[in-house]
Amino acid sequence: MTTTTPAPAIRPAAPSRPRPHAPESGPWVGRPVDRRDGPTKTTGTATFSAEYQLPDLAHGWLVHAPIARARITAIDDAAARAHPGVLTVLSHLNTPRLKPSPARPSLLDMSTMVGGTRVDYLGTDEVFFDGQPVAVVVAESLEAAQYAASLVQVDYAPLPATIDFAAAAAAGRATPVKQSLGMPTLVGSVGDADAALGRAAHVVDLHFTTPGHNHNALEPHATTAVWDGDRVTVWDATQGIDWFRKHLALRFDVPVESVRVIAPFVGGGFGGKGSVWAGTLLTVLAARVTGRPVRMALSREAVNRVVGGRTPTRQRVALGADADGRLTSVIHEAVLRNSPVGGGPEQVVGASGDLYASPHVRLVTSMVTLDLVPNTFMRAPGESTGSFGLESAVDQLAHDLGVDPLELRLRNEPETSALHHRAFSHRRIRELLHVGAEAFGWADRTPGGRRDGSQLVGHGLALAYHPAWEFPANVTLLLRRDGTALLRCGFQEMGMGTATVQAQVVADALGIPFDAVHVDYGDSDLPIAPNAGGSTQSASIAAAVLRSAAKLRRAVSQLHQRPGESLAQTLTRVGRDVEVSVGSDVGVGAAATSVRFIATTLLNQRRWVRAASGAHFCEVRVDADTGEVRVTRWVGAFDIGTVLNAKTAASQLRGGIVMGLGLALTEETVVDGRTGRIMNAGLAEYHVPTHADVPHIDIHLLDDPDPTMPLGVLGAGEVGITGVGAAIANAVFDATGRRVTDLPLTLDRVAP
Amino acid sequence: MLVVNDAPTTLDLEPRVSLLDALREHLHLTGTKKGCNQGACGACTVLVDGRRVLACLTLAMQVEGREVTTIEGVGPHPLQAAFVRRDGLQCGYCTPGQICSAIGMVAEHRHGAASVVTDDVTTTPDLTPEEIRERMSGNLCRCGAYNGIVEAIVDTAPAMAEMAPALTPVPA
Amino acid sequence: MRPVDYVRPLDVAEVLTLVAERPAARFLGGGTNLIDLIRQGVERPDTLVDTTALPLAGIDTALGGGLRIGATTRNSDLADDHLVRTRYPLLAQAVLAGASGQLRNMATVGGNLHQRTRCPYFVDRESPCNKREPGSGCGALEGIGRSTAVLGTSDHCIAVHPSDMAVALTALEAQVELTGPRGTRQVAMGDFHLAPGETPHLETVTQADELVTAVLLPPPSLGVARYRKVRDRASYAFALVSVAALLDVHDGQIRQARLGLGGVATTPWRAHAAELVLVGAAPTDEVFEAAAAAELAPAKSLPDNAFKVQLARRTIVATLRRLRADGSAS
Repeated sequence: MTTTTPAPAIRPAAPSRPRPHAPESGPWVGRPVDRRDGPTKTTGTATFSAEYQLPDLAHGWLVHAPIARARITAIDDAAARAHPGVLTVLSHLNTPRLKPSPARPSLLDMSTMVGGTRVDYLGTDEVFFDGQPVAVVVAESLEAAQYAASLVQVDYAPLPATIDFAAAAAAGRATPVKQSLGMPTLVGSVGDADAALGRAAHVVDLHFTTPGHNHNALEPHATTAVWDGDRVTVWDATQGIDWFRKHLALRFDVPVESVRVIAPFVGGGFGGKGSVWAGTLLTVLAARVTGRPVRMALSREAVNRVVGGRTPTRQRVALGADADGRLTSVIHEAVLRNSPVGGGPEQVVGASGDLYASPHVRLVTSMVTLDLVPNTFMRAPGESTGSFGLESAVDQLAHDLGVDPLELRLRNEPETSALHHRAFSHRRIRELLHVGAEAFGWADRTPGGRRDGSQLVGHGLALAYHPAWEFPANVTLLLRRDGTALLRCGFQEMGMGTATVQAQVVADALGIPFDAVHVDYGDSDLPIAPNAGGSTQSASIAAAVLRSAAKLRRAVSQLHQRPGESLAQTLTRVGRDVEVSVGSDVGVGAAATSVRFIATTLLNQRRWVRAASGAHFCEVRVDADTGEVRVTRWVGAFDIGTVLNAKTAASQLRGGIVMGLGLALTEETVVDGRTGRIMNAGLAEYHVPTHADVPHIDIHLLDDPDPTMPLGVLGAGEVGITGVGAAIANAVFDATGRRVTDLPLTLDRVAP
Repeated sequence: MLVVNDAPTTLDLEPRVSLLDALREHLHLTGTKKGCNQGACGACTVLVDGRRVLACLTLAMQVEGREVTTIEGVGPHPLQAAFVRRDGLQCGYCTPGQICSAIGMVAEHRHGAASVVTDDVTTTPDLTPEEIRERMSGNLCRCGAYNGIVEAIVDTAPAMAEMAPALTPVPA
Repeated sequence: MRPVDYVRPLDVAEVLTLVAERPAARFLGGGTNLIDLIRQGVERPDTLVDTTALPLAGIDTALGGGLRIGATTRNSDLADDHLVRTRYPLLAQAVLAGASGQLRNMATVGGNLHQRTRCPYFVDRESPCNKREPGSGCGALEGIGRSTAVLGTSDHCIAVHPSDMAVALTALEAQVELTGPRGTRQVAMGDFHLAPGETPHLETVTQADELVTAVLLPPPSLGVARYRKVRDRASYAFALVSVAALLDVHDGQIRQARLGLGGVATTPWRAHAAELVLVGAAPTDEVFEAAAAAELAPAKSLPDNAFKVQLARRTIVATLRRLRADGSAS
């Protein structure tokens, strides 16, 4: 049934509260229950998208262009076709063209955001980036497809290419971006920040660089597709079942109802599976052309070549302060890169308008356009790298002033956001600093570091900050006369514990035990869930769950519910099951949802600044001889609003911090500036943190509901990574006296 | 002929087929994961005659006559429950490899193995968190569930040492 | 991966016959490097000769007090061996510093000696590389070069040798035993690997019809030894610099010093120049600095790898200082 139920009621702010934890009864929200998908994942029975067995399955493999810009002049696939088991070699010479990708994303149809690139794969002879797929081999076996792909000979006529980010940025080829309505802050100004900087008693003016990064989720992108007439079923490693479905329908020119996308389990995404990249499109295309079910599991190298990553950045952060250390000017400028065929700006400078009080603020974002695979969302896009610049600069200011960096932050805690003078819906940064400092023993450290044998020990602090958003989500909720409930929603389980926490929400909303709630997910036949991105999924789905529960209560109350009787008791007595739905997937209802979403987003943005926040405290040990940095202690205190599940929330936050350790110390997508080719497109040379790089991470949660978000939830997926780069750089500065402003903090940058 | 999870198994494969692809594509034992296919992530870790190895860099032919144990064949194992209890997983893709690796790692330790963080390699150190982290570093987890994994191993290591079969020497 | 034949012979004579008939055959040990390279199209054998069923695994005491390590001994068995751990802890440390537990369970000693560089231009079939395709040029000379070598380089190749084990074996003055149709010969570790010169595709003295059958360690030397590996992350990464060092100090004078360097050179590098400075001198910081400087004087660096010269100097000095402390403590 369609609904126009009003938005959820705003909950009043409540102080941090202990919750009674009876083993068998609620409340369930907040309890550290084990994730429900645990047993299937620890026994190897969770099925990922390359693992569905279909009769007559064929295997696809990509042929990549090893050149940044070119036109294909010839393709010789004779040797590949002659290899035993090869079914076909698809290229622009013999393949029906897809419909074009939407030229511009629109808030009215969120599926327009997931185009990945605008390249007309196998429909054009033009190459736009090194690694672009130019052919697909389809064969009976994986081995045959992979080897035959290496036999495809492609000739190219090179075209001029711009690929060197630093050179392009230095040459002044960056174009300022404009602020779009409803989007994260990229640009903004209040007062006259440059004049205020010139008058300031204390000035820090630093330039920072951060490199490109790749998501490198452990599961490489993989797709299995089978057509039945004009209907197609696609098992895909996707962060957004519904948006992928709509995008595929558009590209393959079939009704949305003809596309089914299945993805219960996704082996990590971090933004890399948030768009439809070449592998998905070309698997569906290969299946259509061959009439066979086709699977294409990308190689690790292919993932790095065809899926975009985080943009590199060049930043300037200039801070002016009065004699007491109160900020008078904040300037944050960032140069990023996109591509002629996709990519976009990231909110590198946004937090600098919110995090501190300052009468003068100027934020600028500009872009250079490079002939590389387009950049895309990667865990806290912009905030992760921008916080490195801002929080390093604040640390430097504290040092210059001779003030404890914690104290300096307290002195600059704002009443309203500096840039927009908007109220914070919820702001607990003072508490976070105190809670974190207490747990860490911040007051007991030796400022300026100490020496322990051959190691220099230092301590660092930085704030974490990530805006909170919500998207529309649809659900159905069924309560049965036997007291069990079924929640249906088309999200995917990517590690956030979504099924677990939403079952907790349902249990409390209906007053039934957690174990009585079943959740169906992972299929586009289910009601629409939003993409898992922007740390929005828990809040967005929780909002729909709360609305459905309210609706269900109303429905039950009309069944002669007796005083004191629970919902389940009423249903048992009257012998009925009741199902309600929230949101509509089609027609007027869907359009209304879109309009309401845009209106709510814009309204919320004008009323409040909403964000999850945190305070990182860390200890590093720097080898005095070699400059090797090892992180030995970590405390993170976080305000993520209501904690839905203390165990999975802590895991999410730890995961963000671990990825931040990589950002700080080791990760860099290395592009050969001559060719535009990624030279470390594998896990052997793209160094993500190992077990040995990660100390115990002590997480503290305020568990204080945000009064403006559904169920008070602010999101936990991304805030953890923000500030980590700066916390470590600040600790390295404390240990060594070296202010390193370029990431990663490799030993050659740190060594004395 | 090889033995997979105690079942004698005959496969007719091209020599170029890896043990990993033989398990996943031919035996449909998809619990063993393909994360990089180049020995850089550990997701494909299985036990061959009780030793942890990478199935992606092993040809199926190389394990002829040997005993292969995958995640489908290790349980029920106390480590599996400990991973869930300690939340030593998120997306779950590295998890089977982490579990197989931990089982092999504890067996190696029981056998007396030192590690690069062992100060004196003539001794066998206790399985401290630091030792576990180094010994498990061949298993990447991009979700960052490392804390929970180490805790799960600490919880379970004593029981695992009791269960661990003596390592068989490499057949000559 | 290209189609390939696979054979698993049971004795060395059978192997020699096989490879005489099939010049494009390659020996397969643990496969930890070779299988990946075949999959990448970098290595293109027509036959894989699995050596692991040969009766070559095992570690035995050799005449004269040394050790004989069979070529198919797995790296983990080498590092676990009681004799290796107690008498050659340097070697155990070096092996344990390499790769991961799983890879060490697979990799063999003979395979490790033939391990190939991870230079990004070598492993990328689309890039020029004189080692992979003689005459195609060197992508690394003006390219991405953080991993590349500063010692033993040529205008044709600056790829670094990746092994940890081989660096320790070099410092330990091991001998490599090769068996071929003309019988068995021994080659000193220092002579086994070839500098790139004008023929970077030739990496060892092993002939196409020869098989490494063992590594022989001389009796352990007096003194203390240590392997120090410096890398970008805490584990599971190749060395930026590694130092295998042995120091024997007697009456305030260095009686014997042996230094091997990894991560900085095109071959497992024996630091003879440094040893010359050390032997006979007092174990002072100044002498250590002079030794490191002497070894690194001929280093040729590029902007991306220039840091390695300083890093190597500092790591050599720090390791020697540590050994001096270890020695006076024992």
